[in-house]
Amino acid sequence: MSSEPRPGHRNRAVLLLLLVPLVATLVPEFYNFSSPSIGGMPFFYWWQLLWIAGVAVCVGIVYLVTRRAR
Amino acid sequence: MIPAFDSLEFGIVLGMFVVVAGIGFLATQWRRGGSLASVEEWGLGGRRFGTAVSWFLIGGDLYTAYTFVAVPALLFGVGASGFFAVPYTIAVFPLVMFAAARMWSVCHEHGYATAADFVRGRHGSAVLALLVALTGIVATMPYIALQLTGIRAVLETMGIGGDWPLWIAFVVLAAYTFASGLRAPAMVAFVKDILIYVMVLVAVIYIPYKLGGYDVIFHGAQSALAAKGYSTLLSGSQYLGYTTLALGSALALFLYPHAVTGVLASSSRDVVKKNMSLLPAYSLMLGFIALLGYMALAAHVKPVGGTAAKPDTTTVVPVLFNNEFPHWFAGIAFGAIVIGALVPAAIMAIAAANTFARDIYRPYIRPNASDREEGLVSQIVSVILKLGAVGVIVGLKVTFALEFQLIGGVIVIQILPSVVLGLYTRWFHRWALAIGWVVGMGLSVYMLYVTTSPTASHFGSASFAFSTWGLHTKMTIWTGIIGVAANLVVATALTPLLARLPRGSDETSSGDYVEAEAPPMPFGPGRAVGET
Repeated sequence: MSSEPRPGHRNRAVLLLLLVPLVATLVPEFYNFSSPSIGGMPFFYWWQLLWIAGVAVCVGIVYLVTRRAR
Repeated sequence: MIPAFDSLEFGIVLGMFVVVAGIGFLATQWRRGGSLASVEEWGLGGRRFGTAVSWFLIGGDLYTAYTFVAVPALLFGVGASGFFAVPYTIAVFPLVMFAAARMWSVCHEHGYATAADFVRGRHGSAVLALLVALTGIVATMPYIALQLTGIRAVLETMGIGGDWPLWIAFVVLAAYTFASGLRAPAMVAFVKDILIYVMVLVAVIYIPYKLGGYDVIFHGAQSALAAKGYSTLLSGSQYLGYTTLALGSALALFLYPHAVTGVLASSSRDVVKKNMSLLPAYSLMLGFIALLGYMALAAHVKPVGGTAAKPDTTTVVPVLFNNEFPHWFAGIAFGAIVIGALVPAAIMAIAAANTFARDIYRPYIRPNASDREEGLVSQIVSVILKLGAVGVIVGLKVTFALEFQLIGGVIVIQILPSVVLGLYTRWFHRWALAIGWVVGMGLSVYMLYVTTSPTASHFGSASFAFSTWGLHTKMTIWTGIIGVAANLVVATALTPLLARLPRGSDETSSGDYVEAEAPPMPFGPGRAVGET
């Protein structure tokens, strides 16, 4: 459907980065545990909090790559 | 139990409110590009906000005071499943990054100010545009009302019972928003967010220090939750509900009119995309705020307000602050929560009012309205919406509104096929989309209607229990996912069947969706009004 000139066909692979935080945080099977805990915080909580930084990095990389491709 | 009136805290909150109201009125003069009397200038700030202002505006818009009191209240009440707010505010950015950028480009190119403007131009359907406009307005109204619960929770904690402070706060808010439009919340958002960040930073270091560390907090929370049959970890039957609530809320968030307004007010496509990687800073704050609910459990906080059978748990964070902080700092934190309610309430009212003026008043009531008249209608409607919100909260009491907020996302996600898929494809027939909306909305409202909660026999929750349909499982699913799936199935199945009916004309072209910068259109969209 996307017939418009897409910037950076070569960089499409980088879009897969957007999937990583989704899989890491939307599938509780991966992180619904209490250990290992950090500083008293169960794995369930610090894992998800850590992915806030993770999503910022992933989206940031996609932003930089798709901007340069323009 | 009503706590004693605290004059120091009240004085600080009042002082902060006066400063913010002053900023709100001064904002009239900020980056003016001529007259404010149009939806473009009053309602979108002239589409001139750069990266930093947009970051504060969208952040202040999406992470509301209600979030700050309701999310910890949820963890306080039901444990781990309340933490869905974190994966929700993670998932939203990768999901909407490109759609939001395309939305900005096409709306900038054609002068669209709302999602319904876009749908009318893209699908050539006045009916579909009306459905999208009504959906947005209906989903937003209880959201505005709910911002008041944040203010009320603070007032109750300070020992102020009556409704008069809510009326005064919203009358002042309505007055400066009427004068300054979107510029007011954009400017106030700076103050609000700096205060909130300070408050959170202090809270997540100082309170665990006083309580004996996160180890003590999580153990205390676990034993308090276990006594009620909940836990700090999910049970297996909660997985599907957790995932679908987070995913669905993420998909729904940027369909709300106030989120669209925040995106469209940005000065360029680049600003929108860049902010998708900068806004998660707010999610980090939200994550730590959520944990305040466990700190309240570990500190044995007793909520104030509400009834003995159903205490108002939205007060747990204010009460925690009141108990743990010195009162001068508790006053500052309360001020931050109050201002944090005013910013999103203003943006929501502006966004819903823009939608009314652009997509209901102009096409259906006064087709020949000038831009000036359209702007004035939007200004007046924003005032009505705010005062109506106070009336609803005062008249119907909190719990009722809370239930409606839960269904806001379920309602608003029904415009996803028309708006988001519309950004990528014209494959769907406009009537198939309209019928899909009717089916999806009907099914969702039915499912919500039959959902009970301990305190409500209908509209009890946005999590649908499969046991309602006689299945022997404790699993739940976010109602909106089922509704939007039905919507999509119908729209997809009907599109080939309706091929004989004329398609609407599409006034956009594929290049419009990737436009980085375009000369802004000084007037409204050049559309033939009321075409079908």
